[in-house]
Amino acid sequence: MKKVALIGMPNTGKSTLFNRLTGAHARIGNWPGITVDLLMAKLIIGSQIVQIVDLPGIYDLNGYSEDEQVVTTFLAHQTPDLIVFVMNASHIDRQSTLLNQLLCLNIPMLVVMTMADEAQALGITISLPELSHELNLPICLLSAKYGQGMENLQKAIQSALTQPNGMNGQTPLSTLQISTAIQKFVQVPQLLNEGLTQRLDKLLLHPWLGLPIFLSAMFLVFHSVFTLGKPMQDALSWLFTQGRELGLEPALASASPIVKGLVLDGIYNGLSTVASFVPLIILFFIFLGLVEDTGYLARAAFLMDALMSRFGLDGRSFVMFLMGFGCNVPALMGTRVLRSRGLRLLTMLTIPFSLCSARLQVFVFFAAALFTEQQAPWVLFSLYIVSLLASMATALIFKRQYINQDAFVLEMPPYRLPTLKQVVFRGWHEVQHFLNRATRFIVLGVVLVWLLTNFPYGVEVAGPQSWAGQIGELLAPVLQPIGITPELTIALIFGFVAKEIVIGSLAVIFGLEGSQLISIVGQQVSWIQAYSFMLFTLIYTPCLSTVATMLNESKSRTFTLLSGIWSVLLAWCTSYVFYQLATQFISK
Amino acid sequence: MNTAPRLPLNLLPCGHRGLIDSIEFDLELQARFAALGVQPGKSIQMIRQASLGGPFHIQLGTTEIMLRRQEAARIKVRPMHEPMA
Repeated sequence: MKKVALIGMPNTGKSTLFNRLTGAHARIGNWPGITVDLLMAKLIIGSQIVQIVDLPGIYDLNGYSEDEQVVTTFLAHQTPDLIVFVMNASHIDRQSTLLNQLLCLNIPMLVVMTMADEAQALGITISLPELSHELNLPICLLSAKYGQGMENLQKAIQSALTQPNGMNGQTPLSTLQISTAIQKFVQVPQLLNEGLTQRLDKLLLHPWLGLPIFLSAMFLVFHSVFTLGKPMQDALSWLFTQGRELGLEPALASASPIVKGLVLDGIYNGLSTVASFVPLIILFFIFLGLVEDTGYLARAAFLMDALMSRFGLDGRSFVMFLMGFGCNVPALMGTRVLRSRGLRLLTMLTIPFSLCSARLQVFVFFAAALFTEQQAPWVLFSLYIVSLLASMATALIFKRQYINQDAFVLEMPPYRLPTLKQVVFRGWHEVQHFLNRATRFIVLGVVLVWLLTNFPYGVEVAGPQSWAGQIGELLAPVLQPIGITPELTIALIFGFVAKEIVIGSLAVIFGLEGSQLISIVGQQVSWIQAYSFMLFTLIYTPCLSTVATMLNESKSRTFTLLSGIWSVLLAWCTSYVFYQLATQFISK
Repeated sequence: MNTAPRLPLNLLPCGHRGLIDSIEFDLELQARFAALGVQPGKSIQMIRQASLGGPFHIQLGTTEIMLRRQEAARIKVRPMHEPMA
């Protein structure tokens, strides 16, 4: 089977081209020695099966960044039969060094110039046949986004594979020779007209309007993820309940209670927990796709960088943190846009403190149970502030461990209108990724909590005699100083799986539901205890899915463990300080 | 032909152009900037700076990039005195 590798600089539309070329057949391939996910797909081109691999965007083949290492390792161990070098047609002039470095590898090459539509709009003219002749390379000019020229690409790959160039022992063209050829055959207008991008930037990057516009846009995004996602989640949860009541329960009617409990409350609930994240992930990545593909992410980074650089982060980290207000899981996945590993890990450490919509449900419940209608919004607002403070404090504390090795220099791409296909494809792809990686971990976790609350067999579910109850008892010396009762401790154990089930678990523990549950919690728990519980719930680990995602994305158990331990520690200290001060100085 | 004094890029006023004179980075960062078109001899325009001492937005040919003060200070330019485009 022939192997074809896509190589190019970032922002050349390489991934769009890959998606165009391979459709929905792409999957993540495993390669020895390579630690990042590489997309690959098998295609039939002409009469043969061709494997196409999308390598990370790089600026320099001899560089030392993580992405550059990945590409060099890949080329050394998996020498492809053909390199498809993807160039942005608007910036041909500054890609000659990389082209020269690739030519020196002596691997047959096909050059693809993308974003032909943009280059044309800029008034750039390319004398294609002459340039191709001068460089002695086949060149395709196309627009991957709109699909113009794609049919030629398949043909070009086919002929490049059958009649490989570059293996004839000639000395490769030098960077200077390449630049000279480009200067001769690519005409770029001297003065560029002020286009839409420049006019939009005047508004969106305005010295004092820029930030408010950005923050409102972000608010709108996470608000929509939440408001659009909620009904979809409800619908899914309804489907799962139906499946349980109409399908599984009758089917398991004669099974022993243990099997029934394990299958229904363990495995099935685990699966439905996994499913409940699907709408949020799709929506999040559709919105992130919009923000990224339109070119606004780079602008957001520009606006927020002054503040974030003091915390060892950059503007893009803040966008991900804000996205975490919807759901932490996709926000963690979204940190992949950060190329420096140090910066990425530091950002990942801050995201679990972002007050997600699931935690909001818990807080709304407690705010209703213990505070007046006038107080409740302020209670919620204060928790958002704590969320921000916890993540910024974390960044400050760890910024020396996770140093951003990357100089902050980013391209400001022109504003672009993403296509629907591009955006939906991304959302779908990310969901597959999440399902592949997190399902097993989450189901196991849910089964574990089921075991803890149902065993030793025969005791009251989640009662003081259950293993969970015993753990609650065991933890009492630690949790009493922060005002958390054994009942609330069991809820925290449930909360480790997902915050969505905290209130449900309280219903099981107290044996009451709805307004009765609200009133009993209001009677048994003081507001200081409740606020301390909310602080702890906010800061200790968000949920099992977040932990699973953290593990997948960082590919490091040590890091995931550190994040978990740090969160619990910070949660305890915060609650302790609050609870002790509040009980000292404020009368109940 | 251009005898204007050398200036670190971060001191080039918004809207002004300059010719890149020298770049004082290590080789790796030099290559990275070169790949974005930042090379001696190239014409560069300062577009804006983000508020609160944030990054600079600059333009070179068809490329627009942003960079922080610490990197900008190590790119030396000779300002070109010509009417703004």
